Amino acid sequence: MEFSEHIKTANVEDVVLRRPFHPPMQGTLCVTGHHLLFSNRDGDSSRLVLLLLRNIDAIEKRPSVSSGTITLKCKDLCVLQLDIPGMEECLNIARSIEYLSSLDIVSDMYPFFYRPLKLSLQDQWGLSSPEQNYAQMEELQDRWRLSHVNKDYSVCPSYPPAVIVPHSIDDETLVKVAKFRQGGRFPVLCYYHRKNGMVIMRSSQPLTGANRKRCREDELLLQAVIDGSGLGYIIDTRSNQQAQQARMTGGGFESKSSYSCWKRLHRQLERGKVLQESLIKLVEACGDHSHSVDRWLSKLENSKWLSHVHTALATAGLLAECVERDGHSVLVHGSEGTDATLLVSSLAQLILDPNTRTLDGFLGLLEREWLLAGHPFQHRCAHSAYSHARLRLEAPVFVLLLDCVWQLARQFPLAMGFSEPLLLRLAREVYASDYGTFLCNSDQERCAAGVKERTHCLFQFLLKPSEREHYSNPLYEPTELAIWPSIQPQSLQLWRGLFLRWTQHAVHLEKAQEELRNLVIECRGAS
Amino acid sequence: MSFLFEIQVEEVKLLDRYTAKKPAIGTLYLTATHLIFVETSCNTRKETWMLHHLIATVEKLPLTAMGCPLHISCKNFHVAHFVISSERDCQNVHQSLVRLSQPGKVEELYAFLYNPKQDEDERRNGWGFIDSAMDFKRMGLPNEFWEMTDLNKNYELCSTYHSELGIPKTASKGTVFGSAKFRSRGRIPTLSYYHKESNAAICRCSQPLSGLSARCVEDEEMLQAISRANPKSTFMYVVDTRPKLNAMANRAAGKGYENEDNYSNICFQFVGIENIHVMRNSLQKLLEVCAMKSPTMSDYLTGLENSGWLRHIKAVMDAGVFLAKAVAEDKASVLVHCSDGWDRTAQVCSLASILLDPFYRTIKGLMVLIEKEWISMGHKFTQRCGHVDGDPKEVSPVFTQFIECLWNLMEQYPCGFEYNEKYLLEIHNHVYSCQFGNFIGNCQREREEMRLYERTFSVWPFLWENRHQYRNPLHKCSLGREVLRPSTLPLNFKFWCGMYNHFDKGMQPKQSILDHLLTITQKKAEGEKKMTDLQIQLAVMDGVLADQGSPTGTPPEQTSLSPVSVSHTAENAKPLMNGAAVEEAEIELVPTAGSEKMEPVLFPWRSNMSEEGQSSSEITTEAVKLVA
Repeated sequence: MEFSEHIKTANVEDVVLRRPFHPPMQGTLCVTGHHLLFSNRDGDSSRLVLLLLRNIDAIEKRPSVSSGTITLKCKDLCVLQLDIPGMEECLNIARSIEYLSSLDIVSDMYPFFYRPLKLSLQDQWGLSSPEQNYAQMEELQDRWRLSHVNKDYSVCPSYPPAVIVPHSIDDETLVKVAKFRQGGRFPVLCYYHRKNGMVIMRSSQPLTGANRKRCREDELLLQAVIDGSGLGYIIDTRSNQQAQQARMTGGGFESKSSYSCWKRLHRQLERGKVLQESLIKLVEACGDHSHSVDRWLSKLENSKWLSHVHTALATAGLLAECVERDGHSVLVHGSEGTDATLLVSSLAQLILDPNTRTLDGFLGLLEREWLLAGHPFQHRCAHSAYSHARLRLEAPVFVLLLDCVWQLARQFPLAMGFSEPLLLRLAREVYASDYGTFLCNSDQERCAAGVKERTHCLFQFLLKPSEREHYSNPLYEPTELAIWPSIQPQSLQLWRGLFLRWTQHAVHLEKAQEELRNLVIECRGAS
Repeated sequence: MSFLFEIQVEEVKLLDRYTAKKPAIGTLYLTATHLIFVETSCNTRKETWMLHHLIATVEKLPLTAMGCPLHISCKNFHVAHFVISSERDCQNVHQSLVRLSQPGKVEELYAFLYNPKQDEDERRNGWGFIDSAMDFKRMGLPNEFWEMTDLNKNYELCSTYHSELGIPKTASKGTVFGSAKFRSRGRIPTLSYYHKESNAAICRCSQPLSGLSARCVEDEEMLQAISRANPKSTFMYVVDTRPKLNAMANRAAGKGYENEDNYSNICFQFVGIENIHVMRNSLQKLLEVCAMKSPTMSDYLTGLENSGWLRHIKAVMDAGVFLAKAVAEDKASVLVHCSDGWDRTAQVCSLASILLDPFYRTIKGLMVLIEKEWISMGHKFTQRCGHVDGDPKEVSPVFTQFIECLWNLMEQYPCGFEYNEKYLLEIHNHVYSCQFGNFIGNCQREREEMRLYERTFSVWPFLWENRHQYRNPLHKCSLGREVLRPSTLPLNFKFWCGMYNHFDKGMQPKQSILDHLLTITQKKAEGEKKMTDLQIQLAVMDGVLADQGSPTGTPPEQTSLSPVSVSHTAENAKPLMNGAAVEEAEIELVPTAGSEKMEPVLFPWRSNMSEEGQSSSEITTEAVKLVA
């Protein structure tokens, strides 16, 4: 595709750029296929501001007779303003931004054009494969096997080619189970608890429908999971009522009569539109400075964002407790099994498994539980909090995960190997990125689009020696113990680093972080 | 301290305030000074100490199947829910506590019993440790414009002020006495803080007795004199910290506020901080929010909003910021008052001082500030803290709010303060505990009459000895003379979990960055010291240095970091700590592989584990079992 046909005006002089915490800057604005480029030659020093067009969530234009103003609201929650001389130029640029910021075709997106000198396309893409993950966990290999039933993505399009299932269940059975689960997402192992051999499984809802259909193979599979231990739990991320209602549209739940060894617990986690609207309200509240303390608290409450954080952590705590303290295996699902399910299962793993709390381990968790497990990133992150576009499939589930992880790290500041800057970076990259990692909705789509051959991998980049230190937690002291968060409302806080980043200049807080890092390094050096 | 137990009750249950966790079972003791609960149910011996004077309310609830509930809440926000099996025992404990927690006379307070085994000299030196008059010297007084006067040496000018006051040089004796007659309770305008850099000053007083139309030439002269003491400025601010409506209502009672027409070149301003009654009620509501058993996030946020507490904290902060800005940026002097000038005025003046002067952001500086703006200027600690049985309407969390504002500042400037959160909590604790004499009495004169300096000890040397615990490892002196300009956007005001849920350990972050940093910096300092010692030893062995027995030229940092090594510490450290009634001593009898720390203290997701309604009992009982 030729981007140039969408760029009527490529250059404008004497544009004024206004952005948070900086004085207005005058310079030249330049539109390219993927970026806005603003340069200012003030005396000898020249400054360059580069903005990825994909990062723009909403654009507002106010043209007047001889000039115009464009307000750019970005997906990283920053708001910029451009004063452009000339009405026509203003309109042209606005049109270009509108079109180029919402490209639909994956291969047109910037990651396919990003070619930094330091990185090579020959480098490994991704951190690990299902085969490697399986090979690393020797303990589970006598009861669990790696199945390649999905090698051509035909059994479940949103699953990776290889998944871990009970040894006693053959591929034929899996194919039948897949037909009984929405989107073919049959129950697979996502976590093995070394201490007691219990596991966390995840899937989508069973398609029992209104007439309570059963599937023998599905029941067999679940029976095989708890073989020997006698009892398992199913954490359904919908309320009991929602699960009942799902039967009307062909979905459903595991009934007591058919799955007698499984106990169902319902925890209602919001998803989809509700979550997206919550984010929109929260960001709106954070950006409005005119109100009083009362109004602020009322808006914070009204956004319900912290309630979602609260529920997610509470459900993850419940899941982890079932596994660690009660010693039972657990199956998690909601309806599709691609959103709340992943949120809860990854948080529980962070609580239980020290290996997921290192920098490498955390990125590995995200790769396994979000990228390979088929969280539809492209759908969920098409728009962020500012867009006026009609909501379709957007939902900030991944941002909610990052917030919950931040809460965990705040309560256990020594237990995580990674730092807040990593979470902030991920929150930005998931919406707009130079890297191909968060493109597409599943592994299948990524393979088809050639993402792994033609783009660079964010996770590999973040683990490079040059980046590692910045994203590591200087206070990290590994612990083998489970980290149980407190979920009393008093113990949870608004994540200022993300939501108030552009509201308030955090220069003193940043300095403190730097000071802390230096202090720890100094003390390490001394001892 | 007497260890004769007045009452001892076995088989008492201590319930967890928030979850349905299995209660701790133990023995409850009442001593002359403390309530002590010794847990016997688990293999760790856990003691909970509560000083009687810290108890704010004790409530006996109707008998239940478990026994007779006894709810105790303390002024430092420690809350304990006991269940005593026999109603009669409960009745006994209740009656004793009501009597012990509310002494009728000041002399019954703990400070008069407390004896840390110091001799008379140490006691006297201790009281001289912090001298607020020295602080005026530090600010450069006396100078061209300001001087210290002893006109109040017999408390004739103003009975609630300190005996030494800073006043403008040009104010004559007649002006001062005349002005005192026109100010509520004789609390004349006097110097609070002098800002060397700008020559501007913060002065404080009580409201004028202006009524609907009264004037006082001397009072007008007094303000003139303050204004003249800052010759570069053409005007001064007069700040009334009350809401306008309250101030107007006072006019009808013969009090009120300054009429801009009568005073030359003043800029008059209301800042709208509510009175002590509103604050008391607001705190009450806040504590109700804290007491909710398993609130949803919405319940909590709505409760927080309805309490109005953070709104009040912001109002105090806004006023402090206004004052600091006036002095540092407009370079104008400010006169501040409320009604009597001992509550809101104290809050606002001390906050402004902290914003303006880095000295008050040091461990010692905060002591000086509290001594100067609160103790010597007559904040009525006895009444506001309810130390003795008295009018409950006089009780109000004025000092607590000041400490909370300070905490807010520390959150915004993590490198700006020499002290840490623990220091604030410890000071707050001692304000209410009455273990030391500093916060007993309503004004200087009362303290002298009670002979507090002979009969009790001062808290400051005690805090100073333990200063290594109160250090902020991130403190950067390089911030220099910087005036703090905090943001007062509403979203900066957060609920202070560390204060209001301090005793609910499960709610605090389970690992503390502060503790970690204190440990590693301490280790580093010890390592360095060892290194220097070794080097000196080597030097001695090589004959380069003469053996002097001790290393010379130790860097100052090391002395401040080394654990307290004063001779009497070992004996008195423990009683001191226990006396403060804040320590939950945990003595492990059986080592539990260090897993204690990570154990979940709260499992609220347990509360309604099952919505299927059939499996809850089974799983709950299993969950209660501790993982060995």
